[in-house]
Amino acid sequence: MIFGRSERGKPPVEPVTLKILVAGGFGVGKTTLVAAVSEIKPLRTEEYLTEAGRPVDDTTGVEGKNTTTVAMDFGRITLREDLVLYLFGTPGQERFWFMWDELSEGALGAVVLADTRRLEDCFAAVDYFERRSIPFLIAVNCFEGAARYPEADVRGALDLDDDVPVILCDARDRRSVRDVLVGVVQHAMDYGAERRETVTT
Amino acid sequence: MSTDGQGSSHWFDDEAGPVVRPYAMTRGRTTSAVQHRLDLIAVVVAEPHADDAEADPSLSPEHVDIAALCLDAPQSVAELAAELNLPIGVVRVLVGDLVDAQFVHVNRPVPPAELPDESILRDVINGLRAL
Repeated sequence: MIFGRSERGKPPVEPVTLKILVAGGFGVGKTTLVAAVSEIKPLRTEEYLTEAGRPVDDTTGVEGKNTTTVAMDFGRITLREDLVLYLFGTPGQERFWFMWDELSEGALGAVVLADTRRLEDCFAAVDYFERRSIPFLIAVNCFEGAARYPEADVRGALDLDDDVPVILCDARDRRSVRDVLVGVVQHAMDYGAERRETVTT
Repeated sequence: MSTDGQGSSHWFDDEAGPVVRPYAMTRGRTTSAVQHRLDLIAVVVAEPHADDAEADPSLSPEHVDIAALCLDAPQSVAELAAELNLPIGVVRVLVGDLVDAQFVHVNRPVPPAELPDESILRDVINGLRAL
């Protein structure tokens, strides 16, 4: 066997795992953001689609190929030996949205990554998380050459609730992405506290 | 596809997908009888005797690979799928078999709404800040 072994008789540490989703339009920098903080090279899992893709996928000429794949990138941050945070980049294409339900179940929160030049690309993600009461924030990826807009303008254009944080970030920068993630967890805490209050009063 | 000349005689390429169809490994099963659908971040933990899986004639090489990876360290379902290059659905079925055979057990993630208190989230924030 090529694998190392944990010592016999010593039970392995069984970590608590949490996940944060990274959503946004195609090419907005989701994989870049995950790569900036992940301790592993973003891994890719693929799920095979058969029925779901049939009405949309033009398979003319490749009739033998009756499956298509949906890929999602994910990264891992080991915060402590017994506490691991996973980041999942959501598949961009809208027809893969059935995957989102599975990804978002039990998620701590979400980052909606936005590009001010194509703000409409993240409308769908904002709607999705709002409807499911998943705490999320908007992280505006500051691309070089793109005009900077004040937070209030972004908030207005996306018609966000007042309590949804808007953060400017650089998806390539580890510290910047770390601040975004801290923001998500902080928001999830506030959100959870608020909900408990509503339930008890 | 191949620029090194090595693969030029192959009639298939990466686009054709695996030559062995993935669900052949599960003998056609797409769900596991006993399992509630495993979350992507559910953690698969090997039992101490998981290396006996190799000697079990009812298990496939992919089962044995999963048991070996988990013996090395507990693994999330997503990591197993990525590491072994298998679809998530296939990994779920195979892990279900290993649970049935008592070579591994699975820890389901706690949904954030069911966390006993906020201390775990505070630990997450502190851990992130220390990065």
